[in-house]
Amino acid sequence: MKLHLPTCSGWNKKIKYTVLFGILFLIVIFFLFLNISIGSVSVPFSEIVETLAGNGEDMFRNIIIEIRFPRSVAAIILGGALGLSGFLLQTFFHNPIAGPYVLGISSGSKLAVAIVMVVFLRFGIRISSVLMILAAFAGAMLSMGFVLLISRWLPQTAMLVVSGIMIGYICSAVTDLIVTFAEDSDIVNLHNWSMGSFSGISWSNVAVMIIVVAAAGGLTFLMSKPISAYQMGESYAESMGVNIRSFRIALVLLSSMLSACVTAFAGPVSFVGIAVPQIMKRMFHTAKPLFMIPACFLGGAVWCLFCDLIARTLFAPTELSISTVTAIFGVPVVIYVMICRKKERPD
Amino acid sequence: MQNYFFYTKNMTVGYDGVPLIRDIQIEIKRGEILTLIGPNGAGKSTILKSIIGQLSLLNGKVQLEEVCINRLSEKERAKRLSVVLTERIHPEMMTCEEVVAMGRYPYTGRLGILSETDKKAVQRAMETVRTEELAEKEFLTLSDGQKQRILLAKAIAQDPDVLVLDEPTSFLDVRYKLEFLSVLQEMTKKKNLTVIMSLHELDLAERISDKILCVKGEYVDRFGPPENVFLPGYIKELYGITTGTFDECSGRVELPAVHGIPRVFVIGGNGSGIPIYRRLQREGIPFSAGILWENDKDTPVAEALSERVIKEQAYCPIRQDTVVCAKEEIDRCRHVICTLTDFGEWNKENKKLLLYAKDRGKLLEGERIWQK
Repeated sequence: MKLHLPTCSGWNKKIKYTVLFGILFLIVIFFLFLNISIGSVSVPFSEIVETLAGNGEDMFRNIIIEIRFPRSVAAIILGGALGLSGFLLQTFFHNPIAGPYVLGISSGSKLAVAIVMVVFLRFGIRISSVLMILAAFAGAMLSMGFVLLISRWLPQTAMLVVSGIMIGYICSAVTDLIVTFAEDSDIVNLHNWSMGSFSGISWSNVAVMIIVVAAAGGLTFLMSKPISAYQMGESYAESMGVNIRSFRIALVLLSSMLSACVTAFAGPVSFVGIAVPQIMKRMFHTAKPLFMIPACFLGGAVWCLFCDLIARTLFAPTELSISTVTAIFGVPVVIYVMICRKKERPD
Repeated sequence: MQNYFFYTKNMTVGYDGVPLIRDIQIEIKRGEILTLIGPNGAGKSTILKSIIGQLSLLNGKVQLEEVCINRLSEKERAKRLSVVLTERIHPEMMTCEEVVAMGRYPYTGRLGILSETDKKAVQRAMETVRTEELAEKEFLTLSDGQKQRILLAKAIAQDPDVLVLDEPTSFLDVRYKLEFLSVLQEMTKKKNLTVIMSLHELDLAERISDKILCVKGEYVDRFGPPENVFLPGYIKELYGITTGTFDECSGRVELPAVHGIPRVFVIGGNGSGIPIYRRLQREGIPFSAGILWENDKDTPVAEALSERVIKEQAYCPIRQDTVVCAKEEIDRCRHVICTLTDFGEWNKENKKLLLYAKDRGKLLEGERIWQK
């Protein structure tokens, strides 16, 4: 039996979108509670509510407020940022398998952050969140610059991704070198981070990421009109009155900023940026940015909450890197998308 | 001279500062259709891209009434000028209605939400190109012909003064070609829309255009109404045709004639000879044709395909020397084919030719024709 979703315009569509957004939102809340509840010490849902209300036992209080809650909120915000960044990159390159990770943008950020960390640690300077983000942004822009250069020479879809992966490998290799030869006890931390992890995120980190992601996300939402024109192809967008030059620059800056913010706090997180926009497009059966921008944010949030939960709990007390889990769930989606695309357009 | 609606002054276009075509002067009135013709790679698309502002002009200006198009803001330009391009688009999961609604881009607010006016404009545009029934269909599932019509609807929904189209009929079959162009014609008549386009189909260009611009080489070769452009022999020169012919009068093309000593003489007329001439050309048999009046339907085709045509002046009875000429030609040929079945009062001479051939055992009839 095939599920028949209403395809008519007007009210039906409005109801469908409202329901879907409602469901996504509820899933985010549900996973937020689940992530706070499950762990080495399990906390019942009722206790979470109590604690958030200001009561509750002190034993739980610390775990919830200082560790699990900020970590889960970070997963929501950074997951959302990844979903958005992926959507922007896919639009920008007209390529359904583009994302910050495969294009090497995450790895560029990682390299820049690692260099900054090692240099600053050597001089005994503590690194602020803002500095981390700036370093990650610089690294992201560098990788993006390379990808853009290559995409000018090799316009094919596949070559773009291949060159992105190559850039990613180079950056990762250099990062590994730096991490290996750095000489500090903090390196253990750095190693965890360079594999991708949401652990050890503090409320002050969360505050910074909320500001950055809210600003970038808000700007992205305001750009949904030119983005929709751009989906019709560059020439048509230009003929409808989009200033293509500044639009492209804005898109590159926003997607790099979003992905840099993620890398700065959680290291490189793979495949969320590709998979989430694809799933959301199929779920909503539209690619309209007006809906896709909030949907990709919520979808990314759910995805990262879920994957972080598994990373934390599957082999507890050993924690998996977040990228390991996101890859396991993300790669099948990517393969599915490629197969569908081949069927639609055998070229 | 200043009552032109759209005109260019000394427009020079090209890529990366290298001029391709210089000093283009276009002058058209409101509601006219201008068509650019010329060989592949001559620069038709370059001119169109320069007009719509996707390429910057190397020199000169493009004027729309009193305003210079290059000085308009992107949004203002989009309100006055819309386009149908050759670029193939792949908008994901968009219905046709959504594609057409993109045309309202310059009119909607910050988030691009359609007002009631916008929705009506979209619906009207879809009705104009007769695609209402496609509204809910996904754009990517359409045929080329339907896609092109939806893109036309999008361009119309943009509510422009000037519509610019780059080879809009290239992927369409003959029915869609005619439908597409007749919509354009209707729009120019009813809405006073001005159309600038490039076409490969010379026959259609000749029929629909008010003005033709011929692009070849460094300068515009000719600009004017089709009757001043489609003069005998001109198209052959413009496109550098070396094999075959183009008939400017009918817009008909013929493959090159088979040369050699004529083996067959075809007695034809009134259109009956054309299929035989073409078949002889395909079979590679040189032939001659006669006796045809200069204004006979068969004459231009016979002239394009045969080695020799025995002709008579239009509206004159066939003279005796012409008949002698034809008889001599029959003597030289091995066979004679006659495609006429009825001979009118004025055409007795051709009937005599038929009998003449029969007497000499040269006449081929029925299926035997092609066995020889």
